[in-house]
Amino acid sequence: MSLQFILTVTLNGLTLAALYFIVASGFSLIFGLMRTVNMAHGSLYMVGAYVGFAVYDPLYASDVWASHAWLIGVVAGILAAALVGLLMQVVLLGWMQGQELRQALVTIGLSIIIADQLLFLFGGNPFRFFTPELLFGPTELPVIGRYPIFRLFQVVLAIAVGIGLWLLLNKTKLGIVVRAGVDDRQMLAACGVNVPLVAATVFALGAALAGLGGVIGATAQPMALGVDARFLLMSLVVVIVGGMGSIGGTALGALLIGLAEQWGQVLFPTYSVILTFVIMATVLAVWPQGLLGRKPT
Amino acid sequence: MIMMTTRQWLATAAGVAILLSLPLFLPNFWLVNIFGRAMVYGVVALSLTFLAHYGGFVSLAQTMLAGVAGYAVAMMAPTAIPLGPMAMPYYAAIPLAVLAATIAGAIVGMIAVNTREIYLLMITLALAVGFSLFAQSNITWFRGYEGIRNIVGPEIMGLPFRAPLVFYYVALGVAVSMFLLVLYVVRTPFGLVLQAIRDSDRRAAAIGYYVGLHRIASFALAGFIAGWGGVLITFYNIGITPSSIGLWATVAVLIMAVIGGLGHPLGAFIGALIYTVMDTFASSIIGHDRFNTLIGVVFLAIVLLSPDGVWGFGKRLTAAVGKAPQRTVDREKTS
Repeated sequence: MSLQFILTVTLNGLTLAALYFIVASGFSLIFGLMRTVNMAHGSLYMVGAYVGFAVYDPLYASDVWASHAWLIGVVAGILAAALVGLLMQVVLLGWMQGQELRQALVTIGLSIIIADQLLFLFGGNPFRFFTPELLFGPTELPVIGRYPIFRLFQVVLAIAVGIGLWLLLNKTKLGIVVRAGVDDRQMLAACGVNVPLVAATVFALGAALAGLGGVIGATAQPMALGVDARFLLMSLVVVIVGGMGSIGGTALGALLIGLAEQWGQVLFPTYSVILTFVIMATVLAVWPQGLLGRKPT
Repeated sequence: MIMMTTRQWLATAAGVAILLSLPLFLPNFWLVNIFGRAMVYGVVALSLTFLAHYGGFVSLAQTMLAGVAGYAVAMMAPTAIPLGPMAMPYYAAIPLAVLAATIAGAIVGMIAVNTREIYLLMITLALAVGFSLFAQSNITWFRGYEGIRNIVGPEIMGLPFRAPLVFYYVALGVAVSMFLLVLYVVRTPFGLVLQAIRDSDRRAAAIGYYVGLHRIASFALAGFIAGWGGVLITFYNIGITPSSIGLWATVAVLIMAVIGGLGHPLGAFIGALIYTVMDTFASSIIGHDRFNTLIGVVFLAIVLLSPDGVWGFGKRLTAAVGKAPQRTVDREKTS
C-alpha cells in the first residue's frame, strides 16, 4: 500500500466526513436545544436536493443564468428545507414540546409523507447537479496527485459551517439564548425570552443545514430516492458517537464515521457497514453519552 | 397459568372461536392475504408492543430480529435457491432460526441496555438499518440484493405449507400462542419486575433486582417472539430480501403497533390488520402509488389525535358511553 494510496483514501474519508458533518450538525443542533429527534432529517436533505435541482435545472439550460445556476440552486435548496422545517416545528412539533417519543413518531410520519410526495412531484429519476465552473475539475496536490476540487471545497465548506455555528452559539445574543435553553428552558421562558420563536429559528437553521447538505451531496454524487434513509442513519450514528447536541462531538463523530466508511470499503469491502456499527456499539459501551456528550444532570 | 377475569376468558375464547371458523365464511384471498398476513406481521408488532408497554422501550430493532430469523431459516432451508451450505430439514431449521433471533435480541439488549426512550429509539433504528445494509452488501451469506428465494416452508400432514388453510391455521396458532405467552410472562415475577423497572429503575435496583439483566432478558424474549414472526413472514413471501427488512419495513411495523395501540398486546394485531387492509385496498381509494402518503397521514393523525392508538380510542369510547367503566389506569409512556 503506497503512501499515495493511504493519503487518497484518508482524504476521501475526510471529504465524506465533511458532508456528514454539514448534515448531522443540523440534526445535532435541533436535538441540542429541543430534545427533538428529527426522524425527518433525511427527508429535509432530500427536499433541499430536489427543490434545489428544480430551480437549478431550467436556469442551467438558459443562457443568461447558467453561470449562477448552481449558487441559486444552493440558496433555493436551503430555503426550501428551512421552510419545511419551520412548518414542521410551528404546526406540529412545537405544541408537543417535551413529549420526545411522540415528536419522534410525528417526524417518522412526516418523513413517509415527504418522501412519497417528492416522488409524486419530481419523479423517481436519479439526477445530479453539474459542478459549477469555479469548482470544476481536478487540481494537483502534493503526493496524492490529481484530486477533484469540489471534494476539497466540501471540506472548506464544512469547516466554515463549523466555525459559523461556533461563532453563532458562542458570540451572539441568539447563541446565548440557545445555550441557556439547552440548560433550562423554563427558566429561559421565565426571563422573558420568546422560547417558541427561538425554537422555530433553531429548527429552521438545522433544517437549512440539511438542505445545504442535500445540494452539496447531489453535486458530489448522483441523487436518487432512498438517500433519506442513508442520511438519517448517518446523522443518527454520527451524533450517537460524537455526543448529542455537541457541535465538536458531531465533528469528531463525522470524522470517525467518514474515515471508517472509506477505509472499511478498502480493507474489507462487503463488511464495511459492520465497522461503522462496531464503532457505535463500542462508543456506547464505554461512553454512553457519546465521545463529547455531556452527562445528564 | 394466565390469570384473567371470566369476562376476559370469555372474550378471548369467543375471539379465537371466530378466528377458527373464519375459513367457513371467507375466500382464500382474505384468509391468506389479509388475515394470515396481518397475523404474521402482527406477531412482529407484538414483540414491539411487549417491549414498549411492559418494558418502556420503543425498539425499532424488531423487524431486524424478524429478519435475522428469516435469513437464518432461509440459509438453512432445504428448498432454498440458491441452496445454502448448511441445508437441513425444516423441523431443525425453524427452531434454530428462532434461537438465532433470540440471541440477536439479547445482543441488541446488551448494546442498548444503558439507553432509554429517544436514545434507544435511535440506536435500535441505526442497528436495524445497518443490518439491512449489511445484508444488501454481503453476497457470501445473504446473497445481496437478490436475497434467498423459494423458502416454501415445511409440509404439514402431507399438505404444502402454502395451502391456504394450512398457512392460516399455522399463523393463527403462532399468533395466539405468542399473544398468550406475552399475557403469561407479564404476570410472572420476571414480568412484574420488568414493569417495576419501567416505572422506576432506581427503586427496582434499590430493592436488589439486577436491572440490566432484566432488560436484556426482555429483549431476548422479544427476539424470540419476533423470530417466530420472521420465520412465518419468510414463508409468506416465499423468500427474503434486504428490502423486506429495511427502513420502510421497520417503520411499517412501528406504524402497525402505534396505530393499533401500544397499550395492549391486542393492539399489535389490530394495527397489523388495519395496515394490511389499507395496503391491499388503497389502490381503489387513492391509487396504489400514493399508499405511503395515505398511511403516513393516518399514522400522523393517530399520533396527533389518539397517541394510544385505536385500542386506546376504543377503550375511551366504551368508558365514555358508560357500558364498561375503566378498571385500571394504564400508565402511558408513549404519550
